[in-house]
Amino acid sequence: MLQQSPISGKAALCKSRQIDALDSRFILDALVRKAYSPGCSPCSSYPCDTPSLGENMPFDRRRFLFASGAGLGAAWFSANWSLALAAGKHARQAAASAVPPKFEFFTAAQATEIAAICARIIPSDDSPGATEAGAVYFTDRMLCTVAARQQSIFREGLPAFQEDFLAMFPAAGKFSAASVEQQDQFLHSIADEGVKPRRPNRPGNPGDPSFFEALRAATIAAFLIDPESEYAANRTGVGWQLIGRDPAHSFHSPFGFYDRDYPGWSPPSSSGKAK
Amino acid sequence: MNVETPKYQTSDEVDFVIVGSGAAGGILAKELGGHGFRVVVLEQGPYLTESDFVHDEIKVLNEDLLTNHPEIQPTTFRKTPADAAKEQRALVYGRLVGGTSVHFTANFWRFHEIDFIERSKVGPIPGANLSDWPITYSDLEPYYTKVEWEIGVSGLAGASPFDPPRSRPYPMPPLPVKSSGVIFERAARKLGWNPFPAPMAILSQPREGRSACVNCGFCLAFGCEVGAKSSSLATAVRMAERTGKVEIRPNSYVHRIEIDDRGRVTGALYFDSRRATHFQKAKAVILSANGAETPRLLLLSASKQFPDGLANSSGYVGKNLMLNSSAISMGVFDEPLNDYKGFAVSRVLHDFYELDHEKVGFYGGGGLDARFDITPIGLAMGSLPPGTPRWGRDFKSALRNNFTRSMEIFGHGTSLPVEDNSFSLDSEIKDAWGLPALRMTYRDHPDDIKLATWLGARSQELLDAAGARQKWLFPIAEQEFAVHLLGTCRMGNDPKTSVINIDHRSHDVKNLFLCDGSSLVTSGRGQPTMTIEALAFRAADRITALAKKGELSAA
Repeated sequence: MLQQSPISGKAALCKSRQIDALDSRFILDALVRKAYSPGCSPCSSYPCDTPSLGENMPFDRRRFLFASGAGLGAAWFSANWSLALAAGKHARQAAASAVPPKFEFFTAAQATEIAAICARIIPSDDSPGATEAGAVYFTDRMLCTVAARQQSIFREGLPAFQEDFLAMFPAAGKFSAASVEQQDQFLHSIADEGVKPRRPNRPGNPGDPSFFEALRAATIAAFLIDPESEYAANRTGVGWQLIGRDPAHSFHSPFGFYDRDYPGWSPPSSSGKAK
Repeated sequence: MNVETPKYQTSDEVDFVIVGSGAAGGILAKELGGHGFRVVVLEQGPYLTESDFVHDEIKVLNEDLLTNHPEIQPTTFRKTPADAAKEQRALVYGRLVGGTSVHFTANFWRFHEIDFIERSKVGPIPGANLSDWPITYSDLEPYYTKVEWEIGVSGLAGASPFDPPRSRPYPMPPLPVKSSGVIFERAARKLGWNPFPAPMAILSQPREGRSACVNCGFCLAFGCEVGAKSSSLATAVRMAERTGKVEIRPNSYVHRIEIDDRGRVTGALYFDSRRATHFQKAKAVILSANGAETPRLLLLSASKQFPDGLANSSGYVGKNLMLNSSAISMGVFDEPLNDYKGFAVSRVLHDFYELDHEKVGFYGGGGLDARFDITPIGLAMGSLPPGTPRWGRDFKSALRNNFTRSMEIFGHGTSLPVEDNSFSLDSEIKDAWGLPALRMTYRDHPDDIKLATWLGARSQELLDAAGARQKWLFPIAEQEFAVHLLGTCRMGNDPKTSVINIDHRSHDVKNLFLCDGSSLVTSGRGQPTMTIEALAFRAADRITALAKKGELSAA
């Protein structure tokens, strides 16, 4: 019931060892190695006492960061030293994430149906969709962890979904065996409403979502979660590729089309509108 | 360089217990520790640091990694005292060392002169409890400057013709402009308005061992992994620890402030992470637990001497809650803005800060900013144009087109203080520790809704002038969810209509101080944190002066 971060104790131990300022590439390198030492838990809040073991972590991101740091000059890099730690942690999480060997919540047959629905929510066409992102694996894992309270929605919702589907297409046998046209026609019959604007960064509607809404949310999350997070979703970054989200976690201005040729801020020529 | 941080015994009578380590608590700890006082900061949340922060939308947004958790801290809501409260998520705040400043947008506007004297200027407003502050802008100006220089704010002094007077320029240039900022600036100028580079509590240059912003794009709602966001965690809390006088004690949930027979507080009772109870003795107590938890703690501390809640002889504890009114427009453009890169806001305008209420027909004022603060999942879940298919090929192409081409115009405005709008103790629902849950009662004053609608119309006008291919306004409705938690233990000279005096000392208890969003008398124009921090610097000076005069020692 009572939630306590498993990290807090260790972070507290490490915090008195904060480094005030780092101005040396050498120190940075040592820090990074320490933070990545096998056996050093994700505490890694600045240098900790775990002995540095070194070099068996071939992180592409880390190399990238070192390369870009060198390219931009030591001043920038040392100013941004903790980025290297943070980004490396992302990479480590990604490396540690393997494809789940089997389903924990769904049976194989249920997983086939779920995967088929996910594939209509974000279809694979000229570009990868929910299937390639690993949506069914992600949904299975969520239902055994953070979304466990939604288990009953899926347990009761999937058979009801199939029943309704068969009422429309009795000959199809099951959703996954139907044609894409039949699948879409059925989904239109249950979820044809367009987007209703929902204010960003506010909680959603209270109460439990329907089976389809819950699965839609899971599919979206599976497609668009940071590919370096620990869920083995948005695999190989297919979702972010589609939406144009560069997978890097550090950017420089100019960022987009409209700020490319911005000449710099200047007061308006006819200023002085203040009352 | 590394100073040993002290570990005080609970039986040690320290000089100050501060409840909460956020925007106000961090600064008070740093200042009081710097003056040599022995300080324990009790923080209900964990002590996370930069390397614990992730870009994981599920952990951060769905699992409340950094925020109050509805399962262990349920809340209830009702619109008016006549309604039955129902359990629903009513508010969000940072629940970790550094508090809400860890995950905020870091828009850092000073209040203007008008915010302190508006009641005198506009007269009484029916249905509202609008008052002047007992202090003025000029009293706070030195402390605003202190926040900018000590905590770290980027900006360009003199860029807005509406700016209040300032004694020093910003310590750092503004952050780079984003495409949303350029679009906003050009369109606003077409309309004759005065856009300017946004003042942000995010470092545009490395400073005092902290990194400059690396534009990672996970800013609002997330903790900064490089310490560039000037949260209390990245700034005041570390400075407080470096004084060698301050102990930050995380996972410490204060649930009662005790008083003695003479009506003086003696310390704070709290649960540790194993739910064991401790009592930290102190000569004085400062509550900086935020505008919801500070009044709740006072109400939880009711006693024979204070049957309606500690320091609540006025009956004003928890009342006059203000959330700030707001309106958000979205616009979609032809070319990629890539506004997901970077901090949220790069351009602001204050032309509507002080509206002529006779002319517009309602009280209020506000500002607009250009931003994009929506995560990839957030965009897909609710920020595509109205009517877009919610699944299938067309949904997918909308995702492909819109994520890089969307921006928001965010209108921020006043809330009027209304006495019934409040935080109080729910009579039925309990939290995971068995204590009465927070109950929020809130119904926007009609003028607040009119203002939000008016600001929404200006943001739509701006998107038209900008040539947006598509635009829409998120529906404006009475608010049922609180982010800004303001006004619930207001400052004033009259003990009958306020909870604290100009020293942040409670009118009723001489060694009890309150300093956070609850202290605010008016809501400003939607960006309260800068003012909360300036108040904390000022409160630290006032409290230090009182302590040096011997007013806080047992009398």
